[in-house]
Amino acid sequence: MSDATPTPTATPERPQLPAQSPPVDPAETAVASDKARSTGKLSWWRGDGGDGAKRNLGLIGVLAALIVVGAVTKPDLYGDPNWVWNNVLAILQLASVVGVVTVGMTFVIIGGGIDLSVGAIVALAGVWCTTVATQSYGAGGMIFTALVVGICVGLVNGVLISYGRLVPFIATLAMLVAARGLAASISNKQTQVSSSTFINDIAARKVIGIPILVYILGAVVLAGWVVLNRTTFGRRTIAVGGNPEAARLAGINVRRHTMLLYALSGLCCGIAAIMLTSQATSAQAAMANLYELDAIAAAIIGGTLLSGGRGTIVGSLLGVIIFATITNLFAINGLSIEAQNMVKGGIIVAAVLVQQFQFKSVTRLLARNRVTTAT
Amino acid sequence: MSEEETVALPEDDPATASAEAVAEAPLVEAPADTVAGEVVLRLTDVVKTFPGVRALDGVQLEVRAGEVHCLLGQNGAGKSTLIKVLAGVHQPDSGLVEWRGEPATFTNPQAAMKAGIATIYQELDLVEDLSVAENAFLGHEYRSFGFVRRGRMARHTRQILSRLGHGEIPPGRMVRSLPAAGKQIVSMARALSHEARLIIMDEPSAVLAHDEVGNLFRIIRELTAQGIAVIYISHRLEEIREIGDRVTVLKDGRTTAANLPARDTPTRDLVSRMTGRTIEYVFPDRPADDAAGADLLQVQGLTREGEFADVSLNVRAGEIVGIAGLVGSGRSELLETIYGARLPEAGTVRMDGKVLRPGVGAAVRAGMGMAPEERKSQALLLGEPIYRNVTLATFGRYARLGFTNAAKERAEADRIAETLELRPRDVDRPVRTLSGGNQQKVVVGRWLLGGTKLLLLDEPTRGVDVGARAELYQVIRALAAQGVGVLLVSSEVPEVLGLADRVLVMREGRVVREAAAGELDENTVLDLVMAGSLMEGAPA
Ligand SMILES: Nc1ncnc2c1ncn2[C@@H]1O[C@H](COP(=O)(O)OP(=O)(O)OP(=O)(O)O)[C@@H](O)[C@H]1O
Ligand SMILES: [Mg+2]
Repeated sequence: MSDATPTPTATPERPQLPAQSPPVDPAETAVASDKARSTGKLSWWRGDGGDGAKRNLGLIGVLAALIVVGAVTKPDLYGDPNWVWNNVLAILQLASVVGVVTVGMTFVIIGGGIDLSVGAIVALAGVWCTTVATQSYGAGGMIFTALVVGICVGLVNGVLISYGRLVPFIATLAMLVAARGLAASISNKQTQVSSSTFINDIAARKVIGIPILVYILGAVVLAGWVVLNRTTFGRRTIAVGGNPEAARLAGINVRRHTMLLYALSGLCCGIAAIMLTSQATSAQAAMANLYELDAIAAAIIGGTLLSGGRGTIVGSLLGVIIFATITNLFAINGLSIEAQNMVKGGIIVAAVLVQQFQFKSVTRLLARNRVTTAT
Repeated sequence: MSEEETVALPEDDPATASAEAVAEAPLVEAPADTVAGEVVLRLTDVVKTFPGVRALDGVQLEVRAGEVHCLLGQNGAGKSTLIKVLAGVHQPDSGLVEWRGEPATFTNPQAAMKAGIATIYQELDLVEDLSVAENAFLGHEYRSFGFVRRGRMARHTRQILSRLGHGEIPPGRMVRSLPAAGKQIVSMARALSHEARLIIMDEPSAVLAHDEVGNLFRIIRELTAQGIAVIYISHRLEEIREIGDRVTVLKDGRTTAANLPARDTPTRDLVSRMTGRTIEYVFPDRPADDAAGADLLQVQGLTREGEFADVSLNVRAGEIVGIAGLVGSGRSELLETIYGARLPEAGTVRMDGKVLRPGVGAAVRAGMGMAPEERKSQALLLGEPIYRNVTLATFGRYARLGFTNAAKERAEADRIAETLELRPRDVDRPVRTLSGGNQQKVVVGRWLLGGTKLLLLDEPTRGVDVGARAELYQVIRALAAQGVGVLLVSSEVPEVLGLADRVLVMREGRVVREAAAGELDENTVLDLVMAGSLMEGAPA
């Protein structure tokens, strides 16, 4: 306080009469707010992904730790730069198909939903695009079919959820069962071999030393990032997931947008179906098994809020890469799938716990505390 | 005071007939050793910082038993932060809190509650999917042998509610289904269900209508008569004059005046200590009466069962129409129905002579915008930056080919932040970190960006301080001067009369009077509005 200002608080016993009023001069106000501004570091929650950025740094830390574990357990391999480069490519290639699915999943979850049917959609699209009839139209026809099947199944999900008012969990769970059933009946439970060299080359080829699948992942991630952060579609997604009522009252068509989100997820599944078919040079009804779990887990680890309204594409990508790295780590150490799954489970739980501690609002904390004492 | 006459006395209320049954649980029991006039709470140099903000920067406060101690300060001055420190929600960085003569630290809300501090928070903190009674007694349920004594809880809750003048709220009702004002009553009931020595009320009257404020004051007087201390926060100076004993003023997180007498301190002194300047608290001048243009909005026979019936009204371009009425008179529902957020059972809404298709989308395309009543649940994305909240309804307009234009959005938000005195001014902050009044400015500011033909404002100044309020009135009037029509709902009759050109009075879902604002005065409007509440209060 400046000396010109009487400090009426000095003696609380005596009621202070405002004999000399307007005590505060504007200069002082300015000082106070400057002070406020200079207090503390630039905060982690500053807008425009600042929060996500910090969290992503954490994920990169996790990734670094995994690499250190790899280097410690297999020093001979990690000593060879050629092997390391190839291993990085192997990890990225491993991450590519689930990564594409996860981008779509991230949108759905940020938009306040969940899509349990992604694995089934990948299988259905894969099977549909490798039927003899479809293959007769060539690679273009196959790609077109996979994408259209993905989008259409996604649209069915979307319509059921936004206009039929089904809970997303139920609607997509039903779709999971139905789509796999349809895939099985189309393929007659057979493995359908892809005879298109164009399709089969996608997974087999590299361009400038990098597998095409990794380029596809990169393109989808980039597109996802741009759409989420730079377009009205992305903005609507965050609004619809963060506070649907506020979005509705702001004039956003919440239902139509929700529907489109599932279609987008379906589109990603269609792309993934082509990638996976290419990798296996065939498709079958059981392919992409449990992809929904991998995609959801990666998104959550990447910091996407399960309740919607918040998440980043980069975080999801890091989540997928972390999982792929773990798989890779276990593979090079010759450890079992079972041990690997246990570690993955642990990581998922840890990620969700961290999320809960970070996003609890004061009121929720209060309510929770009270409830805890009650029981 | 007129509200005392209109309040139904608790003895008349059938719900209190069972008073003996809950005799072991009186409304609020003052602890036996309460001494009136004794200093119960003293704060010295309390400091609390958040990342990037010094919310409290040396606060002094002294509260005595049996007094109503008012906290005054602009939006963002630190009032809510201060009471959260007292309630154990936040821990101070430094400074001394003395509770009944002993230094105290409340590490969590339960600790403060145990010590006898009950709090009504500014933002509702109810569990939506529990019943009214469960919310009121959350954390301190009546129990025996591990079972919750639901009957006793329900009885006690009903008793508290009827003392609050709301015996009609069933204790078993889910909180989710209550309107905003009902929820406020429940959080008051929660605070009153504790055995407290100090009850803190953070803007309890912001959502309440005139008569309810009367009920609240009656309760506060009962409390203080028992030696319970009350800390009362409000931006309405008249209330502080009426109920307050002493006033402490905060500015930028510091105490700029302590223990002023609430009744005699001149308003300009209070205002200048709060704001550092003098504010002429006046409504902008009305333009010459032929200023309004053609009919913009025409509502014909609009009806929704149980909410409002057969409402017809019109708003002309450049005209501000105010709706006065009690909470529960159907005002907010009417606004939401006009806006397409609720489907009418009968009647039509026309914009520019064309019947609107149902749905918010059509209304927005036709040029309507609505600032809803409840900012947190209906309007804000709390985790998103301020600028994105300001442009939530308009970001599409600044976008090109589907790509958003964040720079333009920031600039627009900055402009609004400037006019409405948003603090802090930084539009990249998440809305979550704003004070309540500043959040409200974001909600209203969203529709002031221009491009809207008809504004529907539901309690636009809820929780907004005197200074910013005057600015807001100016902005609204300026928009009207540009030909925007405004339909305004407010619980504050002076606001409706001062700002609007024409006033509709609603009671029990019907328009009972329509007149130019100049033809009505506050008492006439209150009489019209209250007539309904008296009828409701009569035994069925
Ligand atoms: N969780 C938080 N993180 C960062 N800043 C915060 C947080 N809570 C409050 N603040 C900041 O602290 C300051 C004081 O806020 P506070 O809510 O105490 O104001 P107030 O006096 O209650 O205002 P109002 O009259 O609008 O309710 C504001 O600048 C606000 O932005
Ligand atoms: Mg506040």
